[in-house]
Amino acid sequence: MMRWWRRRRRALVCRDAVALMTAYLDGELRDHDRIRLEAHLAECPHCTEYLAQLRVTVDALGRVDTDELPDVAVDELVALYRRWRAG
Amino acid sequence: MEDDLGLVERVRAGDEAAFAHLVRRYQPPLLRLAEATVGSRAVAEEVCQDTWLAVLRGVERFEGRSSFKTWLFRILLNRARSSAGREQRAGRPDDEIERFDGSGAWAEPPVPWSDRVDDQLVAEHLARRVQALLPELPDQQRQVVVLRDVEGLGPADVATLLGVSDGHQRVLLHRGRAKLRALLTVEMGSDR
Repeated sequence: MMRWWRRRRRALVCRDAVALMTAYLDGELRDHDRIRLEAHLAECPHCTEYLAQLRVTVDALGRVDTDELPDVAVDELVALYRRWRAG
Repeated sequence: MEDDLGLVERVRAGDEAAFAHLVRRYQPPLLRLAEATVGSRAVAEEVCQDTWLAVLRGVERFEGRSSFKTWLFRILLNRARSSAGREQRAGRPDDEIERFDGSGAWAEPPVPWSDRVDDQLVAEHLARRVQALLPELPDQQRQVVVLRDVEGLGPADVATLLGVSDGHQRVLLHRGRAKLRALLTVEMGSDR
C-alpha cells in the first residue's frame, strides 16, 4: 500500500502537470510540486511545448496595446472634473 | 513620469492638468476592463464616466493603502456589476480545453508552434490576435486574464477585486489562457 502510494506521488501524468502550470508560472508552487513538475517536463516534450506556448500567450497578452486616448475623450472627462469642482 | 500618488495629491488640490494626466493614463485600461465586464462598448463608456465621478467624490478618502490602480479598478468593477444591460456569458460550464486519455497522457498533444514566435514582428502580430480573441472568453475568465496578464496586477489583488478565492482566480486564469492558447494554435500551428 505504501509503495503504491509512493509511486502515485512520484508519477505525474500530463493532466496533472498541466494543472500545476499556472501556479508554476506564478512562482507559487510548493517545492514538492515544483520538483515533480520539473522532473515531468524534463521527460515530456508535449508538456514542455505546452508550457512554452502558455508563456508565449502570456507574453502576447502583456503586449496588448494601451491605446492612445483621443483628445476629445480626455476633454469630456476634464469637463466632468470642472463640473465637480464647481458643484 | 509622475507617480499616481503625486497626481492624486494635485487633483485634490484642484489641479485640472493632473486629472487629465490620470485620465490619459487610466481611461484606456478602464475602458478595456469595463468592456470585458459589461460586454458592450456603449455601456462600458458610461460605466467609466461613473467611475471617474466616483473617483472625484472619493479622492479625499483615498489613503493610498492599495495602489491607485487597484482602487480605481475596484470602483469600476463595482459600478460595472450594478450596471444595467449586463450580458452574462458564462460559457460552457466545464469546457475542457486540453484533451487527455484515460491514463492522463495527452490524447491530442499540442501541435508545435512555428519557431518564429521569438521574432519581434510575430510577437506584435500575436499581441493583436490575442486582443481580438479576448471577447471569445467567458466573462470571468476574460476579467481575470485582462487584470492579470494585460494590466499586470498580482493574483491576490485580482482575487480581491473580483470577490473570488485565490484558488478560483487561478482556475479562471488557467482556463482563459488555455483557451487563448488553443485559439492561437489555429494560426501558429499551421505554419510548418
